[in-house]
Amino acid sequence: MSGFSSQSGAVAVLLPPSGLRASLRRIGALVRRYMYLLRSSGIRLVELIYWPFLQMLTWGFLQKYLAGTSSPLVQAAGVLIGAVLLWDILFRSKIGFSTTFIEEMWSRNLGNLLTSPLRPFELVAALSVWSVIRLAVSMIPVAVAAYFIFGFNLLDLGLALVAFFALLVLTSWSLGLLSAGVILRYGLGAEELAWSLAFILLPLSCVYYPVSVLPDWLKPIALALPPTHVFEGMRSILLHGVFDVTQLWWALGLNAVYLTVGYLAFRWFLQSARIHGTLLQLGE
Amino acid sequence: MDERATTSQDLAETIPVAVKDLTKVYGNVTAVNHITFALKPRSVVALLGGNGAGKTTTIAMLLGLVVPTSGEVRVFGADMGRNRYQVAQRLNFQSPYVDLPMRLTVRQNLTVYAGLYGVANAGERVAFIAEDLQLTALLDRATGKLSAGQKTRVGLAKALLNAPELLLLDEPTASLDPDTADWVRRKLKEYAEARHATILFASHNMAEVERLADRVILLDAGRILEDETPAVLIEAYGRETLEEVFLDVVRGRARLAEEGDAPEARKAS
Repeated sequence: MSGFSSQSGAVAVLLPPSGLRASLRRIGALVRRYMYLLRSSGIRLVELIYWPFLQMLTWGFLQKYLAGTSSPLVQAAGVLIGAVLLWDILFRSKIGFSTTFIEEMWSRNLGNLLTSPLRPFELVAALSVWSVIRLAVSMIPVAVAAYFIFGFNLLDLGLALVAFFALLVLTSWSLGLLSAGVILRYGLGAEELAWSLAFILLPLSCVYYPVSVLPDWLKPIALALPPTHVFEGMRSILLHGVFDVTQLWWALGLNAVYLTVGYLAFRWFLQSARIHGTLLQLGE
Repeated sequence: MDERATTSQDLAETIPVAVKDLTKVYGNVTAVNHITFALKPRSVVALLGGNGAGKTTTIAMLLGLVVPTSGEVRVFGADMGRNRYQVAQRLNFQSPYVDLPMRLTVRQNLTVYAGLYGVANAGERVAFIAEDLQLTALLDRATGKLSAGQKTRVGLAKALLNAPELLLLDEPTASLDPDTADWVRRKLKEYAEARHATILFASHNMAEVERLADRVILLDAGRILEDETPAVLIEAYGRETLEEVFLDVVRGRARLAEEGDAPEARKAS
């Protein structure tokens, strides 16, 4: 091009494409892209807080009502709000992961990304990092509001909160990977999966009740889900003041399995999409 | 033996594209049917063909977006099925089938892709490319609010950010007005000459092919029917334009020498 070698920027100075620094740079570039997107729309930002805030209000008032009537259990602790907030961590993180991925398909940008030097694991890492950032934007104001409106302090869970948070986010990533893989392979027709997959866990992972209330045949299924152990652990702290480390180890071990399966499934669906040529047809 | 192998590998790495017996089958449809070709460094080659001829699928396989059913694709010596990332930084592409995120500004989009392609001097590079492609005034506008011609220029800017040695373009001037299309062709020509780059582009526009390409690969139903320079093809078919040659080829008319046809009679048809 005219003046190609004489002007500043005329020559593209390229950094090494391989290695940890290169991967971090590409992950950073993609996270920046998601940041730009969020900044471009105030409505998106409000929406991030809006739904969890409404849910917290609804369940918070219900708990207040119950506390004023009969249940000594509910009076004993903020089990309900705790469950709502922890469930929202799982749900919002999963939605954050999936919708950010779907956004690439809506905008017909996936072809650009998948032909760039970006590796699949870097794409997954960027989606994961961004899901946590979205979660923070979404949940911190809601947790603060829960404290001022209902006097529920999420930090009362102490160090366990950090563990619960991390374990639920790990589960959300494995679910996000699975739904992203299916959408990649089958197109936006499978988009509904992104929204509904997490809800399968709602009755099975015993968010609002202990595992003991389930029929015997359903208990093994519930116990095979990482969030079940997180919610059992949360109830143990809030109701009995006991931090059950065994539950955390179970959740961590199961998450390792789920994440591995989720990533392998994502890679398999990506390869399947390359074989079936569906990456050429993705878009609105 | 090692020395010979190294030499052979070095040689392979200088060849921008080497396609051998490449086939892609979707169910009952053979999109690309046992095609073989190689691109020399610094060549500008057009993939010509009607709708469904296999141009986009061929380019997608070169990019690693589609896995071949059989055959081999090598870009700068790297097997694109297995080692795409070895060479991904050395190529780039533009296609009307993909977009840049519409809500992001032009500057944001280009900055993100500069990061993905490992461009160290991203700010300067974006500014330079924007100036060169007359996008400076548009840098802080949302990409989705641009006209089709402006979006094409932004797509081209993204494709040139890393100064690729191999540029793959799928219908680079589709849906552009003649003036903008002419401008884009001129820029591509300038880029190929200044960067000594290899360009492979798919097109339906014969005037574009004649102007840009020093070689034409003509596809029909997934097969290569012709692989020549535009001038040789025009002469071989006794025609005056590449468009007439294209019509001859897709309608099954053979070259003059094979048909014993007089050029005058061919021109009259």
